[in-house]
Amino acid sequence: MVLFLIGLASGIISGMGIGGGAILIPALVFFVNPDQHIAQSVNLLFFIPTAVIALIVHIKNKRVNFKLTIPIVIFGLVGAFLGSKLAVSLSGASLKRYFGMFLLILGFYEMVRKDKKETKKQGGRA
Amino acid sequence: MKGKIPISQYLKFAVIGLVTGIANGLFGSGGGTIVVPAMVLLLKEEEHVAHATAISIILPLTLVSAFIYVSNSYIDWNLTVKTMLGGIVGGYLGAKLLNVCPSHVLRKIFAVFIIAAAVRMII
Repeated sequence: MVLFLIGLASGIISGMGIGGGAILIPALVFFVNPDQHIAQSVNLLFFIPTAVIALIVHIKNKRVNFKLTIPIVIFGLVGAFLGSKLAVSLSGASLKRYFGMFLLILGFYEMVRKDKKETKKQGGRA
Repeated sequence: MKGKIPISQYLKFAVIGLVTGIANGLFGSGGGTIVVPAMVLLLKEEEHVAHATAISIILPLTLVSAFIYVSNSYIDWNLTVKTMLGGIVGGYLGAKLLNVCPSHVLRKIFAVFIIAAAVRMII
């Protein structure tokens, strides 16, 4: 039940276009206490089906700029490989601490950023 | 963009791609949080196009990262499936809720929550 609620909260947050992982991973860590790698792998897998559905809708609405997708993905795949290899080579305790630092930056960024008028457009998407 | 794409543009693609990929792989999240503002600020893309394009970028990166995590046996299917079920319901509710509750208020609440969580994880 706890897992369902964590998923529910993250789903609500990401449905609003905020960032589900920033809720999902710490919530799992605090309430279920898995290894940090496991919490992150849950989030990665969690993202896949939701992203596929959202992407189909976006492509139909012609909102995806593939001129950006293709070159960024080419470099991104290299980064994803390096980042993931680094993650699996770290201990759970270190990874958790690094994740915490990353989360802190994200939190401050959310705090200071200005809210643009994007919310209305997003409302129609999901 | 029309005609030839200048070198500086490729440099931006490279930096954005690498940083997004590394963060998303290392932390299992956060790719979208980086790539959306990067596209808006560095590539002058419209916000709603950037959001949609971000998903098309993060999806293949996540597939690679998920594969590396899973092949190193960092996987708990029980945990994943149960969390996902909640996520599907939540995603639907979130989209509905957006029309009721303004997201800028939620963003600030969200920011406070993740700062607190971050501090606990670092200490």
